[in-house]
Formats: sequence, structure tokens, C-alpha cells
Amino acid sequence: MNQASDLPLWAALLIAIFLLIGAGLTLIGSFGLYRLRSFYDRIHAPTLGTSWGTAGIVIASIVYFSVVESRLILHHLLIGAFVTVTTPVTLILLSRAALYRDRAENGPDIPLLEPPNNPSEVSSTEKESADSHNNTHTIEK
Amino acid sequence: MSATILFWAATIAQIALAIAMVLASVRMIRGPRAQDRVLGLDALYSNSMLLLLVFSIRTGNPLYFEISLIIGTLGFVATVALAKFIMRGEVIE
Repeated sequence: MNQASDLPLWAALLIAIFLLIGAGLTLIGSFGLYRLRSFYDRIHAPTLGTSWGTAGIVIASIVYFSVVESRLILHHLLIGAFVTVTTPVTLILLSRAALYRDRAENGPDIPLLEPPNNPSEVSSTEKESADSHNNTHTIEK
Repeated sequence: MSATILFWAATIAQIALAIAMVLASVRMIRGPRAQDRVLGLDALYSNSMLLLLVFSIRTGNPLYFEISLIIGTLGFVATVALAKFIMRGEVIE
């Protein structure tokens, strides 16, 4: 806290708000990672911390160092861009690996390929069109 | 005044991020299967990266930026390698 007493009040408030938003969202995301039930629910939770959690803390440090050194400092955006680009890649790889393992072992909570459709709720016209569609499909085959 | 605001905001943010790291490491230790552990490790990496950014705001030392960039890079590589290992059973084939 060496140069912090020179900061104007609006900068301190802005930094504090963005710090608290970022840290709070990261905490909520990690709590979801701890709390949710299946793996496919849990994989969504930490992205809260890698999207707006990272963005909030990066914006706070950009504001802090720009005000302290009284010039525009943007190299913290590098972290934000890097995290934004790499998180979907890693999570897609991880979820595909987990899905592959679960399908190979016939695990308990595999997500379905299509939502289950209930035939009793389908009206007659829709059923006919579905039947004709099925017929054309079989003919095409 | 502004020093006090900044001090308390940084302290609360650090405490929140430390609790988040504890939750992620609990998931990494307990996690019923291997992919849960990898996910916990990934969350632990990103939380520690954010914690170092908050450290750099708190101390006013810009050196923490490089450390946090390196942690982010290594976390990406580690998670990709571990996902490849879960998928195939080996990393380099």
C-alpha cells in the first residue's frame, strides 16, 4: 500500500467495486464446483470465475496501475484474453474425455443425445407428418 | 480514505479467493472420479492466478503480473495434458 494514499477517491471506489465483483463471482463459481451433483453440472461452475471473475480483477488492476503510473497500462488485458481463449478449449477437451469414459463404462449420468419425446403428447397431425417423414426416410434409405 | 477503501477491498477479495481455492482443492482431493480432480486442479490454477493479481494491486508491485501470466499458461497446458491422458491413457503418442 505504498502509493495507495495518492489515489483519488473515485479510482479507489472503482477498483474496490471491480475487485469485489471479481472475487465474489470466483467464490460463487468454486462453491458451485464444490456443491453441484454430477460432473456435467460441475463443469459449468468454474467458468463463472474465468469469465467475469477474471474480467473484474483485470479491470481493477488496469485502473489501479493506470492511475498510479498516470499513463494507460493495458498489458493486464493479456491475461484476460488468454484466459478467455483457453478456458473453452480445455473444458471442451475435458468434457469430451469424460463423456468418452462414461460411454465406454456405461456410467450412471450420461447426458442424452436428444431430449426424450413423449409419443402421447404428439397431436395427430404431427404424428402423421412424423410418420410420413419416417416413411420418406425409410424409402430414402 | 482511499487507502482504507483499497485495503479492505483487497483483503476481502483475498479472503474470498482463498476460500475459493480451498473449495477447489476439496473437490480435487475428494472428487469421485479422475475428471473431477482435473476440473478441481483447473479451478485451483485460475483462482491462484486471480489471487496473485489481487496481490499485485495490494502491494503495488507490477512483478506479480508476470507470475500470474505464467501460472495461467501452465494451467492451460496442464489441463490439456491431463484431459488427453484421461481420453487416451497416454499424453504423447
